[in-house]
Amino acid sequence: MSDEVTAEILTTHILDLAKNGKRLDGRGLDDYREVTVEPGWVASADGSALATIGSTKVLCGVKLELGKPFPDTPNAGVLTTNAELVPLSSPMFEPGPPHPRAIEVSRVVDRAIRAAETIDLTKLCVTPGEKTWVCYTDIHVLDHTGNLIDTALLAALGALTHATFPNQRFGVGTTDTPLEVNHYPVECTFVRLGDAIVVDPLVDEEKAGQGRITVATDEAGNVVAMQKGLIGAFSPDDVRDVVERAFQHGERLRAVARGV
Amino acid sequence: MGNVGAKEVPTLLTPEGLRIDGRRLDELRALKVTAGPLHEADGSAFVEWGANKVMAAVYGPREVHPRHLQENNKAIVQCRYNMAAFSVDERKRPGLDRRSQEISKVIAEAFESVIFAEEYPRTSIDVYIEVLQANAGTRCAGIVAASVALADAGIPMVDLLPAVAVGKIAGRIVLDLKKEEDNFGEADLPMALVPQSGRLVLLQMEGHLNRAELSEALDLGVKGCRQIYDVMKQALRDRYAVRPEGHTGGAA
Repeated sequence: MSDEVTAEILTTHILDLAKNGKRLDGRGLDDYREVTVEPGWVASADGSALATIGSTKVLCGVKLELGKPFPDTPNAGVLTTNAELVPLSSPMFEPGPPHPRAIEVSRVVDRAIRAAETIDLTKLCVTPGEKTWVCYTDIHVLDHTGNLIDTALLAALGALTHATFPNQRFGVGTTDTPLEVNHYPVECTFVRLGDAIVVDPLVDEEKAGQGRITVATDEAGNVVAMQKGLIGAFSPDDVRDVVERAFQHGERLRAVARGV
Repeated sequence: MGNVGAKEVPTLLTPEGLRIDGRRLDELRALKVTAGPLHEADGSAFVEWGANKVMAAVYGPREVHPRHLQENNKAIVQCRYNMAAFSVDERKRPGLDRRSQEISKVIAEAFESVIFAEEYPRTSIDVYIEVLQANAGTRCAGIVAASVALADAGIPMVDLLPAVAVGKIAGRIVLDLKKEEDNFGEADLPMALVPQSGRLVLLQMEGHLNRAELSEALDLGVKGCRQIYDVMKQALRDRYAVRPEGHTGGAA
C-alpha cells in the first residue's frame, strides 16, 4: 500500500479552504513557504547544499570524476542527475528500484539544469574525445512534506554553485578550482484545487489536487522547462498565469540559492 | 538542445521561411491514423506521422496486476511507452530507460484525466505504446495512437486526446518538430489537448522561450491539436461507420 489514502473528508476540506482563498497551513493561495539553502553541508562531496522549503528537506551532493565523453559530443562534458526518494523521508516511499515518481523528479530537475545551460559543458572537457569531467548531481530527499521538485532543484543549484573540480584528488593540478555556474534556473510548482491554482503545494494538497504544473525560469526572463504531472488539466490561460507567478517567485528563490 | 559540443549544426530554416522538409512554420507532417489493426487487443491503433511509426494497444478493463495497485473506487490506468531497439539510428538498449518511464508516467496521468475510471472499480486499463520507428514527437504520436485505441476498446472518455509538439527553430515558433529540428532547435514543448474543454492534460517543455514565445507556442499547439483531432475522428469513422445496404467485405 504505497500511497496512504488521504481521507475524502480531508480532500473536501482542502478544496473548501481553497474556494475561500485559504490553505491547510494558513497560507494564502500564492504564498510560498520559507526557503533556505545551506551550502557546504557534506565535506566528502565536491559541492553540496541542503535546501528546505518549509519542512521539506532535500540534500544534494555533487561529485566530479574524470571519464570519457559521449562519442556524439566529443567536446562536451557529461552531466547526470539522480534523485533518491529514500523511505526515511516519507511513509509513501518504499525501498526498491526507483519509482516513476523519483525518475520524474530527477528528470525534471535535470531538464531545467540542462536547458538553462547552467554549466557550460564544453568547459568540463579536458581532452576532446578522450577525457572529460563527469558531473554527478545526486539528490537525496530527507523529509517530504510537499513540493519535492522545487526543493530538489534549489539543492542542486546550491551544490553546483559551490562545487570545485577535485584536481588534487585526480592528480591533474595542485589546487582545486571552482566549477563555473553561468545561469540560475529555479522551478516553481503549482497544484490545481478546484478553480484555484496554489503555489508550493503540501503533500495533502498534491493528493487532493487536480493536476500539478512546474515551471522552470532563468534569470534572463526565459522559461527553460515545464512539466505537467498528476491527474488534471490546465487551460493555456492557466499556463500563462502560472508562468507569470513562477517568474515572480523565481527571483527570490534564485537569490536564496545563490546565497546573495 | 542536448547537442552541446556536437559536430555540425544544419540550417533549419531557408531564407524563404521554409523548413528542412519544405513545410511552413505552422504545418503538420503527414499524419495517418488506422483504428483497430490488431486482433488480440481490446482496442488498437497504428499511427504513421512523418517518419514515425507507432502502434498502440489497450487491454481492459481487466484484473489488476500487480494486485496491490488495485483501487476500490476506480480503475487504474497503466501505461507502458517503449521504444524498439531498432527504432532509432543507434541501437537502443531494449527495455524501459528513465526517459521511457517518465513518459509512461505522464501519459498514464494524461489519460486518467479523461477516462471515466470510476465506472470500473478494482480494474486496470492497460495502455501499451510501442515506438517502432522514431523521428521526434514519438510521445505525441503514442498519445494519438493510444487515444484512438482506447476509443476502439470502448473505454468511456471525456474526449479523444490529440497531441503535438511545438518548438522553436532559428528563432521562430514552429509546429510538429521532426528529428533535426528537435535535436538542433531551441525549444521543444509537447502537449495533449482535451478539445472539448480546451485544457491541456499533458504539457512538458525544454529549451528557451520568453513569455511571448511561450504564449504563441501554446496557441499554435492548440491549433495543431484540433487538426489532429479531425484525423483521429475520421479514423474511428472509417472503422465503425455503418456501411450502406448490400455492402460486401469488411467485418460482418
